[in-house]
Amino acid sequence: MTREISARVPAVRLTHVSKSFPGVAAVDDVSLDIDPGEVHVFAGENGAGKSTLMKLVAQVEEPTSGTIELHGTPMTYRGPGHAREFGVAMVHQEFALAPDLTVAENLFIGGEPGRGGWISRARERRDARELLSRVGADLDPGRRVAQLSTAEQQRVELAKALAVDARVLILDEPTATLTRQQADELFAIIRQLTASGIAVLYISHRLDEIFEIGDRVTVMRDGAVVATRPASELDEDALVALMVGRNVDNLYPREHTSPGPVRLQVRNLTRRDVVHDVSFDVRGGEILGMAGLVGAGRTEVARMVFGAEPPDSGSVTLDGRTVRIRRPSDAIDAGIGYLTESRKTDGLALQLGVDKNITMAKLPMWNGLINLREERSVAGRHRDRLGIRVPWVGRPVQALSGGNQQKVVLARWLETQAEVLLFDEPGRGMDVGAKADMFREMDRLAGHGKAVVFISSYLPELLNMCDRILVMRGGRVAGELAKEEFSEERVIALATGAKDNHD
Amino acid sequence: MTDQRTARGVSDRMAGAISQVAAAGALIVVFVVLSIVAPSFLTADNLFNLGSQTSVNAVMAVGVTLVIITGGIDLSVGSVAALSGVIGVMLMAEYGFDPTLAIIGGILVGAVAGLVNGLLVSVVGLPPFIATLGMLSVARGLVLIATGAVAVFGAPDSFRLLGQGVIGGFPIPVLLIVLVAVGGYVVLTRTKLGRYSYVMGSNMEAARLSGVPVRSYTTAVYVLSGALAGLGGMIAASRINSGQPNFGEGLELDVIAAVVIGGASLFGGRGTVLGSLIGAFLVAVIRNGAVQLNIGTFYQNVLIGVIIWIAVWWDRYQRRKLSGDTG
Repeated sequence: MTREISARVPAVRLTHVSKSFPGVAAVDDVSLDIDPGEVHVFAGENGAGKSTLMKLVAQVEEPTSGTIELHGTPMTYRGPGHAREFGVAMVHQEFALAPDLTVAENLFIGGEPGRGGWISRARERRDARELLSRVGADLDPGRRVAQLSTAEQQRVELAKALAVDARVLILDEPTATLTRQQADELFAIIRQLTASGIAVLYISHRLDEIFEIGDRVTVMRDGAVVATRPASELDEDALVALMVGRNVDNLYPREHTSPGPVRLQVRNLTRRDVVHDVSFDVRGGEILGMAGLVGAGRTEVARMVFGAEPPDSGSVTLDGRTVRIRRPSDAIDAGIGYLTESRKTDGLALQLGVDKNITMAKLPMWNGLINLREERSVAGRHRDRLGIRVPWVGRPVQALSGGNQQKVVLARWLETQAEVLLFDEPGRGMDVGAKADMFREMDRLAGHGKAVVFISSYLPELLNMCDRILVMRGGRVAGELAKEEFSEERVIALATGAKDNHD
Repeated sequence: MTDQRTARGVSDRMAGAISQVAAAGALIVVFVVLSIVAPSFLTADNLFNLGSQTSVNAVMAVGVTLVIITGGIDLSVGSVAALSGVIGVMLMAEYGFDPTLAIIGGILVGAVAGLVNGLLVSVVGLPPFIATLGMLSVARGLVLIATGAVAVFGAPDSFRLLGQGVIGGFPIPVLLIVLVAVGGYVVLTRTKLGRYSYVMGSNMEAARLSGVPVRSYTTAVYVLSGALAGLGGMIAASRINSGQPNFGEGLELDVIAAVVIGGASLFGGRGTVLGSLIGAFLVAVIRNGAVQLNIGTFYQNVLIGVIIWIAVWWDRYQRRKLSGDTG
């Protein structure tokens, strides 16, 4: 295939494109040109229509009206395979890899090299190596995908996109699960790809990276395009105002109070090959941040404190009393709550109602039977207090936005009267407004004297919300920073083991 | 936005009921059609018979509903019912047990089989399909060993009451359906066992991390299913006044079909007692009507299989519609 890149023909041209689902206009009259070689960022709150728009471009969904042109050719809807022939590849937030197949097998699914039903393994490996090197991944093509880290799997997805000779690459929140360093590597690869004329459509919630990687930014709200501007003409405040439709005065609402007595005391927590000798205290009224690279052991520490995994040794003390935690119910009885990293896989019963999800850890009982009336009123109370936007409390949580889902999980732990709350990446996948809401709740909990542990891979969140930050590296506590010592450089230095040039 | 929310709110409020309404509609249509084309269908005798026939299937379906809601499956109910039936009858015929005690004994036999299923799933960690497939074979084998593959007779006449008796004009088996259904409904909607079944079936890990003792509750669900299979086996034994070693072969299919037709999801998290009852009646009416019309069992089986396909297709179709997200 010859590749002619003309600056005059846009890679993607949308003309009055709309998509409505029954009762909802998900994409509303969008007209837009995307040039070859540009990184075009799509910003907006959850539900603004970004993902649906991308699905239209990738021909995963059929537009209700309007035309989509790829490289000057108008598309008639014939499914994603058709878009792929025109060089459109999409890397979803949740990867579409077959975990039990090897890297090489995954790369060429549907396009295996060889002839007549026979697959040439040698060529498959050779081609795989070449593709992987183009995305800067030094991986053995024979490894099973399940054994790869998230960042490595993402590289495989990128390589897979290149395998179909992509000229339009759609990335849906590609850095959501990456560390800072991995994100930087990804950006370098994206720049190489755009230099060769590939147009990149990039969905992101992270404001800082929008300015770092984006050439132009399209902000969407309620399915419509609010504005398309060169990234250089925007700043964070202006961008947020466009996204939300109002000024968000404070992304990180935090009123520091003087910390009270120590509430949670963790000593010498150890689990072979995962966590080594971790000790820390959290005081009432305090938010303790936990920073570190992915795999540094932060989630494992939280899970052990909560009893989701047994530690080999170590102790947990709550308000001066040592508690024996062997399973989650022990931790819940002691007053610990854990908001897991991925709400959908281990936090929520998606098909069940908001009410049932809230009372999951503590059912209101009456003579051995569930008190349904009390349950409804409990759910209603939490809905009103946390501002969970739902027309009726029996509504299945799968119909809720990420922010509202997170509030449902929080309500569950408020209902068990948890005094120690472990938040594991609470802002992941949430839009600016919902994040600010969640942070306000964390601040309020601390204000009420509860002890809060806040795990995050996004440093600005930690630096703005926490009173102290514990940095982990390789399963150990690499260091602890007090409020006045906070800086991105110091956290990164501790997390990566680089020399801290401040000392 | 508000309008859409309300519209969607109403639609997902109804989504759960849609399968039941569809199954109930199908039941009514089949019932009416049969009343017209088969003169012998709409007679007091046949309806009486139909109610009693359904009881075995319906009682077992309530137990299997619970299992399926947790995301599991119980393939062993047919064999377990046979085991309970022959042992119950042997208790009376060979050991002189009082019928009431023998019935309880039969139910306990089923409960023990269910306990083994439950422990294999929750403690040993076998997939429910395999655990209960094994029990299907084990229980049938035990039946054949205990009886030497010969039917067991000799229960006292009063034992017939369970499957053939009448109280206040209602057949006792029909009253048992009502009893078990009401009990099942209360368990599902008002007790921890029922609630946790939905939660575990919807998200096992979320249940565990919310402090639900998942092993105990999983085991309990299989015990209940086994016990109800035992009750079903005793009703059947009473109806034919004997313990038949080959009773219930393939019965698990009718029971699972009833539950699935009633709107329970094989992926877990969804299902109701009412739906399963409607499903059980639909299966029974089809089988009964087919007999009235002189359609053989082989064709009935084909028909039931096709209905299972349609029901599961419907379930998946509903799910996809509900989860149609708007990025």
